[in-house]
Amino acid sequence: MRSVLQLRTPEDGSGSPGLNGSHKVRFREPQIEMAHGAGGKATRRLIDGLFVPLLYGVQGAHAELSDAAHVEIDGTRVAITTDSFVVRPLRFPGGSIGELAVNGTVNDLAVSGATAVALVVSFVLEAGLPSGALESEVRAMASAARAAGVSIVGGDTKVVEHGKADQMYIATTGIGRQLTGVALGARLVRPGDRIILSGPIGDHGITILLARGELDLEAGLQSDTRSVLPLVEALVAAAAPGLRWMRDPTRGGVATALNELALDCGLGIHLTESRIPIRDEVRGACELLGLDPLHIANEGQFLAVVAPEYADAALAALHATAGGEAAAVIGDVREEPAAAVLVTTGYGGSRIVDMLVGDPLPRIC
Amino acid sequence: MCLAIPGKIVELVDTQPNLAVVDVTGVRRRVDLGLLQDDPPVPGDWVLIHVGFAMSKISEQDAAEQMRTLAMLGEDQAALEEVRGYGLESSP
Amino acid sequence: MRFIDEFRDPEIVTRTAEEILRLADRDRHYRFMEVCGGHTHAIYRFGLKDVLPPNIELIHGPGCPVCVLPMGRIDDGLSLGAQPDVIFAAFGDMMRVPGAHGSPLEHKAKGMDVRIVYSPSDALKLARANPDKHVMFFAIGFETTAPSTALTLKRAKSEGIKNFSVFCNHVTIIPAIRAILDSPDMRLDAFIGPGHVSTVIGCRPYEWIARDEGRPIVVSGFEPLDMLQSIVMLLRQIKRGVAIVENQYKRVVPWEGNRAALAAMAEVFELRPFFEWRGLGFISQSALRIRESYAAWDAERVFRVAGVRVTDPKAAQCGEVLKGVLKPAQCKLFGRECTPERPVGALMVSSEGSCAAYYNYEHRKMAAAAPV
Repeated sequence: MRSVLQLRTPEDGSGSPGLNGSHKVRFREPQIEMAHGAGGKATRRLIDGLFVPLLYGVQGAHAELSDAAHVEIDGTRVAITTDSFVVRPLRFPGGSIGELAVNGTVNDLAVSGATAVALVVSFVLEAGLPSGALESEVRAMASAARAAGVSIVGGDTKVVEHGKADQMYIATTGIGRQLTGVALGARLVRPGDRIILSGPIGDHGITILLARGELDLEAGLQSDTRSVLPLVEALVAAAAPGLRWMRDPTRGGVATALNELALDCGLGIHLTESRIPIRDEVRGACELLGLDPLHIANEGQFLAVVAPEYADAALAALHATAGGEAAAVIGDVREEPAAAVLVTTGYGGSRIVDMLVGDPLPRIC
Repeated sequence: MCLAIPGKIVELVDTQPNLAVVDVTGVRRRVDLGLLQDDPPVPGDWVLIHVGFAMSKISEQDAAEQMRTLAMLGEDQAALEEVRGYGLESSP
Repeated sequence: MRFIDEFRDPEIVTRTAEEILRLADRDRHYRFMEVCGGHTHAIYRFGLKDVLPPNIELIHGPGCPVCVLPMGRIDDGLSLGAQPDVIFAAFGDMMRVPGAHGSPLEHKAKGMDVRIVYSPSDALKLARANPDKHVMFFAIGFETTAPSTALTLKRAKSEGIKNFSVFCNHVTIIPAIRAILDSPDMRLDAFIGPGHVSTVIGCRPYEWIARDEGRPIVVSGFEPLDMLQSIVMLLRQIKRGVAIVENQYKRVVPWEGNRAALAAMAEVFELRPFFEWRGLGFISQSALRIRESYAAWDAERVFRVAGVRVTDPKAAQCGEVLKGVLKPAQCKLFGRECTPERPVGALMVSSEGSCAAYYNYEHRKMAAAAPV
């Protein structure tokens, strides 16, 4: 379950609720449902209505959420983020839960404009888990950390009864150093800005769906899990003054990430369908199952909003970096439709793409 | 009620009658050909797949003919406009 | 993708749209009903309304098998799934449909063994793989899907698989179209016919619509060019003052239908004397049930089914929207009590239900365009 919550020191100095008493909880639902963890609308309601008022007292309009928080320690700005990983099956073509756990947190820091320096990891293990399975994941994490240039400096392990924890849950918390010259935020986005996507969508989500074996589909696909830090660094080097916002479109896909942007900046996000990079196999699987590729999870891609005068340089920098060859400008920002994401076909037909409710389900109708 | 997708028959499954492996731009699935037993498709044929069953063979000929008809739309009109431009019509 | 991309060619779509503009009489308002939920979904997904002139109105018909399923049937199915050692298997489309006590997914979160299957044959596979459980397949769909269920039942019988049954909710399209035409609130000029149902039943079953009701009907494919070409064909018929059945989807629809599919259906199923359709009421001879010869695989005979009837909340106007009398946004609950997240009616749950399609793809566009 990817947690979208991040802890951020409010710029307006509204302070912690502990000093003034707790702020009003607006979350009224009687119990927690699966949808609350899916990364879409229900998750936002939980965060806006329960976590935000109680944890940092931002009242009124919803808090802008990003992938990492920034704190200042003795004058140095440090980025910090956390995430937990639940996936079935644990191993799949292209990776495993261990790699997701490392890359996911490295990427959250990267799209917040920070280089991951250190991770700590927390394991919740199900009693009965074969030790070999754990060893595989720890090896995978070590390898992913090396590849990403980050150190794993500590961790914790808990074991729960058989039947809980789906074999293994992993949570990673990372701290990172801010890249200089980078200022990010939805409030910086302007009409005319361009939307850049680092590579083809849907590889991870479809790989997982197929790996579960319930749909009896085979394809030569693998998860795209990787650290996007090298690409982000190249982008920053080429276009930092024009870089407005970044996000990694994990659970809920590109549609959910861009809807969050649209809600946060109040502007309209326009995408050109034919410009969105997607592999044939992902497209085929989505058509077959009636899924929208824009809702499918990615673990090795990121979105960036860049001022128009920097877009060419940004794209060139990505194309010149290993792994960024398929990067593309997929759309732009406009005044209308406010707070919504619109996708347009080659002949001028358009549709609104909304945030997901729950997980994408195959359909036959 | 009808999500059905074209796929190409790659091979017949020899262990099971009526089953074939069908390819949809690189995604493969076993598809039941039982509804097409009157005129069973062979590897290379395209079929329409719905809930894991082949519903119909896709006629490449009819598809091509349809595209030709559509491509001509507007060409008739363009030709008409060109002819009008010659001023051959007598005024009413 | 072959047989898909060529029918989405932007240049040809634009030219076909221009032809529609030329053919449509500016002083006339056309009301075309697309019967099939798949067409409803396609209209929104491809933004086809953006390329049609404002005087061509597309009315969404009742061809959404999830939307027309009464809540009581879902509750019956779920009560079977709640029995010990039963695996409830269904298409993804069913998973969020609300029963009186929650949807299948919500039941799954509380511990019921609920599995999503892509094919009825996958449900049978589950039965083979789980001999100590009983797999109950909750079957839905029109004539497109019924033959596949029929073949699966035939296989279950020939292999002697005992731990498998089907809860049959298959419905037929012609009675639904009849109910639409019989409805006094309805004013329709023509029909866009259901392309994939027609791969099974052919084009003959629609002849009475043209001959007796005087409405043109074009059996249509699902890509943008298919639907636009069908509209061209309808406009041409109207211009000529004729009403006939035409087959636009020739590349897959045989005029006489699929004999083997119809034979399989006839062997396994028979018509129910009547069946309740959500929003349309009881319609006779409109749904299928499993024949006596396959009773051992009929969930309604293997288990005792309560036969629950659940009335829809009074304020929900699913029936009128289903019949095309109301637009989704005109229902009092639309966008307020009834959203895709918290659906009251099935038209909001099924991705091809008119309310869900409109909500997901359109209504925020409208809200943005509307003057403040």
